[in-house]
Amino acid sequence: MRSYISAYFTDEEDLLRAIKILMEKKILILDVLTPFPVHGIDKVLGLKESKLPTVGFIAGAIGTLFAFGFQTWAFVVDYPLFIGGKPHFSIPAFIPITFEVTVLFAAFAMVFAFLFRSKLGLGAKNKIHDERITDDRFVIIIEANENDEYFNNVKAILEQEEAHEIQLKEHK
Amino acid sequence: MYVSPIREPLIKGNKTYSQITQDIAAPIEGKPGKAWYMGLTISLSAMFFGLAMMGYTVWEGIGSWGLNRTIGWGWGITNFVWWVGIGHAGTFISAILLLFRQKWRTSINRSAEAMTIFAILCAGLFPLIHMGRPLLAFFVFPYPNTRGLWVNFNSPLLWDVFAISTYLLVSLLFWYMGLIPDIGTMRDRVSSKIKKYVYGLLSFGWTGSVKHWQRHEKLSLILAGIAAPLVLSVHSIVSADFATSIIPGWHTTIFPPYFVAGAIFSGFAMVLTLLVVTRKVLNLENYITLAHIESMNKIIIATGSIVGIAYMTELFISWYSGVEYEQYAFLNRATGPYWWAYAIMMTCNVISPQLLWFRKLRRNLVFTFILSIFINIGMWFERFVIIVTSLHRDYLPSSWSMYSPTIVEVGIFIGTLGLFFSCFLLFIRVFPVIAIAEIKTVVKSSGEKETKNETL
Repeated sequence: MRSYISAYFTDEEDLLRAIKILMEKKILILDVLTPFPVHGIDKVLGLKESKLPTVGFIAGAIGTLFAFGFQTWAFVVDYPLFIGGKPHFSIPAFIPITFEVTVLFAAFAMVFAFLFRSKLGLGAKNKIHDERITDDRFVIIIEANENDEYFNNVKAILEQEEAHEIQLKEHK
Repeated sequence: MYVSPIREPLIKGNKTYSQITQDIAAPIEGKPGKAWYMGLTISLSAMFFGLAMMGYTVWEGIGSWGLNRTIGWGWGITNFVWWVGIGHAGTFISAILLLFRQKWRTSINRSAEAMTIFAILCAGLFPLIHMGRPLLAFFVFPYPNTRGLWVNFNSPLLWDVFAISTYLLVSLLFWYMGLIPDIGTMRDRVSSKIKKYVYGLLSFGWTGSVKHWQRHEKLSLILAGIAAPLVLSVHSIVSADFATSIIPGWHTTIFPPYFVAGAIFSGFAMVLTLLVVTRKVLNLENYITLAHIESMNKIIIATGSIVGIAYMTELFISWYSGVEYEQYAFLNRATGPYWWAYAIMMTCNVISPQLLWFRKLRRNLVFTFILSIFINIGMWFERFVIIVTSLHRDYLPSSWSMYSPTIVEVGIFIGTLGLFFSCFLLFIRVFPVIAIAEIKTVVKSSGEKETKNETL
C-alpha cells in the first residue's frame, strides 16, 4: 500500500523553510498546494521555468504572418480592387488587423497551453486534497514508505518548522 | 521587506488569510438585501425597454432614429465610443498597473475587469443595431462567399471589428483565468450540492498546486504584457474611425492619444461610480480603502488633464493651421447651436476634475461619487460633440441640419445601461468581487499590521 504524508502549514515562511530543508535532505516532495502564489517557491523546489511565453511567442508570430499574409493575398492576388485610389499592397493599413490577430492568437494559445499542461478544464476531475487549501492552508505532500524511521525523520523536520498538522494518507 | 513609512496600508484591520476569504466570500454566501432586488428590477426593466426599442429599430428600420442625411451618426455611435472607453479602465488596472507592479490594483482589478467585459458587450450592440439589419452582421467578417469579395482591409471600420472582438475575447480570457483560483475557493466553501457542482465545474478542477501557480503567474504576466498595447490600440483604432475621414473636426492626428486618455479617464470614473457604492454595500471598506479611492482619483486628474490639454491643442491647431474649414468647425463647436453640449463637456471634463488637486476632496466619498457621475456625463458629451457638431454643418449650407434623438435611440441607450448594471449586480452575487488569491499576496507587505510594525 502506497501512502503519502501531507503536512499543513499556516504561514508561507514556515512552508518555505520546511521545503528548503526537505530538499536538502533529498526527501521527495510530490506536490505543494497553496492558496495563493508564494513568491520564490518555484526556485526552492527547483521547478523549471514555464514555457508558456514561448508558446505565446510562436502563436503570436503565426498570427502575425497569417493576418498579414491573408490581407496581402486577398487584396493583391485574389481580388485586387481599387479603393479610394490606394495601393493594393498598403502595409500601414494592414498593421492594425495584423496586431489584433497577433494578440488574439498569442492569448488563446497561451491559455489553452496552460489549461492543457495543467490538466485543468471544464469537467476536470482533479483530486481536491483539502478544502482549506484554497483558504489559508499550505500543504506539502511527501511520498511515504513502509519504513517507520523515514516517517519519523520527516515528521521531526516538519514539526521543527512549525507544521500545523501532519497526516499520513493512502493513495486512492 | 522595506515599506515606506508614509505609505498607507492597502488592507486595513489586521486581517488573517482566512478572514480575507470570509470577508470577500460573504456577499455571495449571504442573502441579497432589498436594495439588490430593487436595483436588479430597475436594471432589468431598463434592459427590456432597450430590447423592445432595438426590436422596433430592426422592425421599422433606422428611419425610426433621429438621424438624417447630413447627420448619419448620432446617439448610436456616441454610445458605442462611450461604452468602449469605459471598458478601458478595467484593462488599464489589470494589465498596465500589473506591469508597473502597483499593488493597490489587487483590490479593484476583478470588478474593473468585469466592468470592462460588460461595457464591451454594451458597446458592441450599437454598431450591430446601427447596421439596420443585424442578421447580416456576419458580412463584416472576411469569410469566403459566392460574390468572391473580401471585406475592406483598408477601412478603420473593419479594424474596429477586429479590435473590439479581440479586446472582448482577450479580456474575457484574462478575467476568467484570474477567476479560476477564486472559483476554487468558492467551491470549497459552499455547502449546497448543486452550488458545489457548478463552482466545481467552473473552477476547472483547480487544486492550488505550485506548478499550476507558476504557470498561472507567467500566464497573467504575459497576458498583461499583450493586453497593455491591445487596450491602447483599441481606442486608437476607434479614433481612426473619425481621424482617417476628411471631415473638419475629425481629421486630426491628435485623436489616438486623446481618445485613449479620455477612455481611461471615463473608465476610471465608471469604476469609481461602481466601487464607491459596492464597497459600502458589500462591507469591503477594509479592502477598497480611501487610499484606493485616492489613487484612482489621481489617475482621473492625470488623464483628465491630458484630455483638457488635448481640447486646447485642438483649438490652437485649428486656428494655427490657417485652414478656414477647420477654424469654422471649432468656432462653431464652441459657439454654434450646440454650444451647450460643448460647455457641458468642458465643465465636466476639464474644470471639475481639477478640484481633485485638493487632498480632502480626493478622499471624500460623496464628492468622488458625484464627480465620477459628472465625468461620465462629460465624456458622453465629448463623443456627442465630436460626432454631431462636426457633421451638422455640411460642406453645402443647403445641407446644414440639426439632430435630436428619438425615444427609440434614447431607449436603446437606457437599455444598455440596464444591461450593464444587471450584469454587474449578478456578477457581485456569483463571483468574488475582489481577487481573493491575489490580495492575499500583498497582505504581508501592505497589510495594516505589517506596515505598522515596520514603522515602529
